[in-house]
Amino acid sequence: MKISLEKAKEICTKSQYGEASWWELVQLNVYLFFSKECADFSAKNTKLTSLCEQANLQTLPESDKEEMKEALKKKL
Amino acid sequence: MQIHELHPENWVDNYADYLYNYAVARVSDSEIAKDLVQETFFAGLNSAKNYKGDAAERTWLIAILKRKVIDHYRKINSKKGKAEVRINYASGDEDEGDWLEERVADPFGKGGDATLENQELGEAIQECIKKLPKKQSLVFTMKTIQGMSTEDICNELGINPSNLWVMIHRARTALMGCMNQTWF
Repeated sequence: MKISLEKAKEICTKSQYGEASWWELVQLNVYLFFSKECADFSAKNTKLTSLCEQANLQTLPESDKEEMKEALKKKL
Repeated sequence: MQIHELHPENWVDNYADYLYNYAVARVSDSEIAKDLVQETFFAGLNSAKNYKGDAAERTWLIAILKRKVIDHYRKINSKKGKAEVRINYASGDEDEGDWLEERVADPFGKGGDATLENQELGEAIQECIKKLPKKQSLVFTMKTIQGMSTEDICNELGINPSNLWVMIHRARTALMGCMNQTWF
């Protein structure tokens, strides 16, 4: 049952993507109850998720990047 | 003062996403944004001989992209008939009478300030992502921005899920530190 703070933080990160298992969530919640450091980390982690959503970041697909690289290479 | 140098061979890896986000926020069209980024790189190559090294490479490319965005709007505004306001609202009787109200400005809509703040936020996040180790940055981007599944990322990069979560965790911890002062 007992996990390290680092492991708890890792589970916290996993839970941000909805991919922590039921048992991991139990372990995390127990940790959150007792550890202020973990609770602070969890709050920041949640804030980071909401900032990333708010920023609506987008990336170019890798295939497009490869095409761009090829086109640039030809001009170099 | 630091003298910067151009490295066009790394432009796509280093700046394509940053420039793309900048462009897409201004033209609201992913295809046009992609073309503008490509044109920016070509224009950068063509005017590389004029680069003095005073500005950082990215700042210089952004300056070129700004011109490209302005040129894009000039081009579409100069086309005959584009200045006309066209409202296609003749699709059925059930909508009759609603159209005017629906075109009234929404007082709760996202205003200019919010848009600007989101652009700044996006740029700050990009800036911090750039500082991450290459693999962490890649895994974080694939998972968080592209929304890829854990399985697909692991297959593509040849890593196991435990490695993936450790990398994402480290990336997020570094990002929190990087963005701490301004955004938390």
